[in-house]
Amino acid sequence: MKALIFDIRRFCVNDGPGIRTTVFFKGCPLRCLWCHNPESQLNKPEPFLRMDKLEGKFFEHEEQIGYEIDLDELLEILFRDRAFMEESGGGVTLSGGEPLWQWKFSAALAQKLSESGIHVAVDTCGYVQLRVFEAILPYTHLFLYDLKGYDNHRHKENTGASNSLILENLEYLIHQRANIILRYPVIPGYTDSEDDVRGILSIMKRNSDILREIHLLPYHKLGQNKYRGLQASNPMPENIPDADESVGHIESIFKSNHFIVKIGG
Amino acid sequence: MNTKITQRIEKLREKGLRAVNRISAERALLITQFYRTAEPYRVSVPVARAMAFDYILSHKKIYIDDGELIVGERGPEPKAVPTYPEVSLHSLEDLRILNTRPKVSFRVDEDTFAAYRDVIIPFWKGRSNRERIMGLMDEDWLRSYEAGIFTEFQEQRAPGHTVGGSKIFNRGMLDLIEDIHRVQLKLDLYEDYLAFEKNEELKAMEIAARALIHFANRHADLLEELSKQEEDLQRKSELKELAQISRRVPAFAPSTFHEALQHYWYIHLGVITEVNPWDSFNPGRLDQHLFPFWQKDRNEGRLSDEKACELLEAFWIKFNNHPAPPKVGVTAQESNTYTDFALINVGGVKVDGSDAVNPLSYLILDVVEEMRILQPSSMVQISRKNPDQLLHRAFQIIQTGFGQPSLFNTDAIIAELVRQGKSIEDARNGGASGCVEAGAFGTEAYWLTGYLNLPKILEITLNNGFDPRTKVQLGPNTGTAESFENYNQLLNAFQTQLNHFIQIKIKGNNIIEKLFAHYLPVPFLSLIIDDCIENGMDYNAGGARYNTSYIQGVGIGSLTDSLTAIKYHVFDKKTLSMNNLIKVLENDFEDDLSLRHLLVYQTPKYGNDDDYADIEAQRVFEMFFEAVDGRPTARGGKFRINLLPTTSHIYFGSVIGALPDGRRAGQPLSEGISPVQGADHHGPTAVIRSCAKLDHLRTGGTLLNQKFTPSFFKNHEAIQKLTALVRTYFRLDGHHIQFNVVNAEILRDAQREPEKYRDLIVRVAGYSDYFNDLTPELQEEIIRRTEHETM
Repeated sequence: MKALIFDIRRFCVNDGPGIRTTVFFKGCPLRCLWCHNPESQLNKPEPFLRMDKLEGKFFEHEEQIGYEIDLDELLEILFRDRAFMEESGGGVTLSGGEPLWQWKFSAALAQKLSESGIHVAVDTCGYVQLRVFEAILPYTHLFLYDLKGYDNHRHKENTGASNSLILENLEYLIHQRANIILRYPVIPGYTDSEDDVRGILSIMKRNSDILREIHLLPYHKLGQNKYRGLQASNPMPENIPDADESVGHIESIFKSNHFIVKIGG
Repeated sequence: MNTKITQRIEKLREKGLRAVNRISAERALLITQFYRTAEPYRVSVPVARAMAFDYILSHKKIYIDDGELIVGERGPEPKAVPTYPEVSLHSLEDLRILNTRPKVSFRVDEDTFAAYRDVIIPFWKGRSNRERIMGLMDEDWLRSYEAGIFTEFQEQRAPGHTVGGSKIFNRGMLDLIEDIHRVQLKLDLYEDYLAFEKNEELKAMEIAARALIHFANRHADLLEELSKQEEDLQRKSELKELAQISRRVPAFAPSTFHEALQHYWYIHLGVITEVNPWDSFNPGRLDQHLFPFWQKDRNEGRLSDEKACELLEAFWIKFNNHPAPPKVGVTAQESNTYTDFALINVGGVKVDGSDAVNPLSYLILDVVEEMRILQPSSMVQISRKNPDQLLHRAFQIIQTGFGQPSLFNTDAIIAELVRQGKSIEDARNGGASGCVEAGAFGTEAYWLTGYLNLPKILEITLNNGFDPRTKVQLGPNTGTAESFENYNQLLNAFQTQLNHFIQIKIKGNNIIEKLFAHYLPVPFLSLIIDDCIENGMDYNAGGARYNTSYIQGVGIGSLTDSLTAIKYHVFDKKTLSMNNLIKVLENDFEDDLSLRHLLVYQTPKYGNDDDYADIEAQRVFEMFFEAVDGRPTARGGKFRINLLPTTSHIYFGSVIGALPDGRRAGQPLSEGISPVQGADHHGPTAVIRSCAKLDHLRTGGTLLNQKFTPSFFKNHEAIQKLTALVRTYFRLDGHHIQFNVVNAEILRDAQREPEKYRDLIVRVAGYSDYFNDLTPELQEEIIRRTEHETM
């Protein structure tokens, strides 16, 4: 069994509890305009032009982004930091791209990890069929569940897809009493309207026994270099205002409703 | 707990920080006066040395500053550093260099120049131990030394490299004299062919012990005098109390917290006045030694936490006022700092193996945080039995960014010492000193003998035994680089060269150790390290219970990456011919930056948990270990290895041309067991995994430097993750890790406007130093690491 991934990053300290290794799956059903991992979108390997600086000069060389890896090989790499995970209460995070787009592999991986006593977090956009969640739920200790706004019309414009499936899947996980942290990218002018904030807040309030915590992910321009590397154009305009103000505002709303809020996750 | 520094301490601290480091001719003149008399020639060498010690302490100026709570100076005043012409004689040119060099300078005034010109040099020229050493080293040794293959620690400073055990706080000088008499009574003058030597050594120890008592009494005399004149009533009674303390210690064992600190300080001054030993001296496990005094004083209502803090801070200032005696030439380059490497240990385990952390451990950390001074350096021993709270507290101080405390693995240190043959009890009483060196405190003489330039040996291997810099055939002919048909042939040639140079180094060490045993015994230090009294044998002659000599490997990261680059590009992928590589290296990549790019960016590197590279680190480690470990030393001990550089990786880099890992000629080497600067790009867990592939337990210390920006310390959750990182490294038998918390902008700014950053301390390599006192190359290196880490 093989998966297409584009990175494995160790010592991730912002993708769930403890010290974690994060696997980045390649391929995503959504096309979020602000995506800062554009190399994660396409579900096949693609060329990437890398620039290294040496003695003031730039060296370009082409690399391939995305490679196939089989389950045992991946597990061997993930087990390398096992001692760190054990000491810190950390584990492995499946991220991407969308890890559940390659759900058979993801579920098998989560099962292996979970049976080895390793904490599994799945960072998902939620835009997959319900049976995918049914398959992975037994082996997942934590869902980092992205909500990219509540207003469906805006959601379609921003990501290319409706959010109704996403919200249904969330209802399912809540019903199953899964462990869930919501992640909300705050993109000024795109996802931070009053309707979006109120909508997400209402979901949390309705299910406050399950949904205790939300991470606000402020917009940043880290993606710029990557668009250049992919020789693609960045769909986001240059002049996006700083997200700090909006993040502060949203933070205070959720906090005043007694939710745990973290910035940057 | 949060106390505030008292005004008194603040004043003394400021005064110490402002004082100019300068050379004092006082000690050199006194010892010259003594050796000009007939006295030393009528007695044995150890007795003469003890008499010289007594002469210095009896005649040197007694200095007591306003407001001081702990008294005693090595020189005539704070930061006035004596010289040791019998060990190493400074020339007038050396003094001029010290006076004018931009970094780590020492002011030399006209009187000092005159004293050197008219008295000290005329007497000691041809008589110093350094000249004796250089005269006895053979051609091979001298040429290898010139080429920068190794350094020699004992060439300008005496061995010391030791730490006091509990005995220094439990026994007074009079108790030690009783011990001496007991051993003397048992001497077998008829059957023991060493009885004469033993008796002379024991006589010398007694003279030295009485000299220190006399020295303390001279302080008591002056304190009483000052007390009489003092008008401030509070200070008047304080001076009287200080005088009483100096009448009691070090003659008798201390009975209060204050006495314990003053007692230690007199002993410290004794050790660093007798000779100029490496790593000065060190109270070692201070939280353990002081705890009974602290507890008793508190129970009897004599000591508040504020007072305990103030006394400790007064004690700290004493260390800071005593910079390392100045070195010149290569020796200055290998360890270019005012730091004299006293490293206070807190935490760890008790002799029965249980958790040793006590309230004083935390109080001492409070002092470290409040004082923010260079000396003494501080470290926290972390055993698996110690609570995370101790690590959390350490991280709170580390994140303030002055490089202290460093973190050590008690369980690894114990395993290292036990492997070397120490008893489990002696090992548990140990810790780390100097930079990162494991030692059994109070019972071991563990000498560093010199750094070994591992990547230089590869350069020489690639040149068939020839050194391209000094243009000398230094090693055997092991074949030209082009003649190696496979990677193993290269490795075998490297091993042959490595063994060749280690033979030369060890042959030299064996002579040098004997010279110190014969000509420079240290009866005072011998009093306080077990079992010198019991054995009637000097510390420098193998009198200690355990005797160890280290050779410190430097540049294992650079060497590993260079070997890996050859293995990868020349033999495995065949992207590059050996011929081509050698040419490019000779030209220092001048016309071939793209090849340099290939070597730097597209080659496996040590520090990324990549076995392809890491296995080469393991191979080199095994070769080095095999060549050194367990061999006998000239004083009946064993040779061992450790992996630490102090600042020698800069000097060693300066004597090597371009290396196959893409490092350009003259650039610094990697330091300790850290990856090459910037070569690790898979985060700290990968670095730790790579480093843990070396078997730390078969060394006497390794050094790993990890720099973090303050963001990694932002909250309790973040600190818990760092705690887990350290715990895991230690679970994998890692010996030591230190954190530098800085960002590159701050450091750049400090380079532009150094005057604004006079208090900026960074961790260099096993110790901290003022950023402003670092050489530009060292500053650049620290900035490069920071940039890499912040990306």
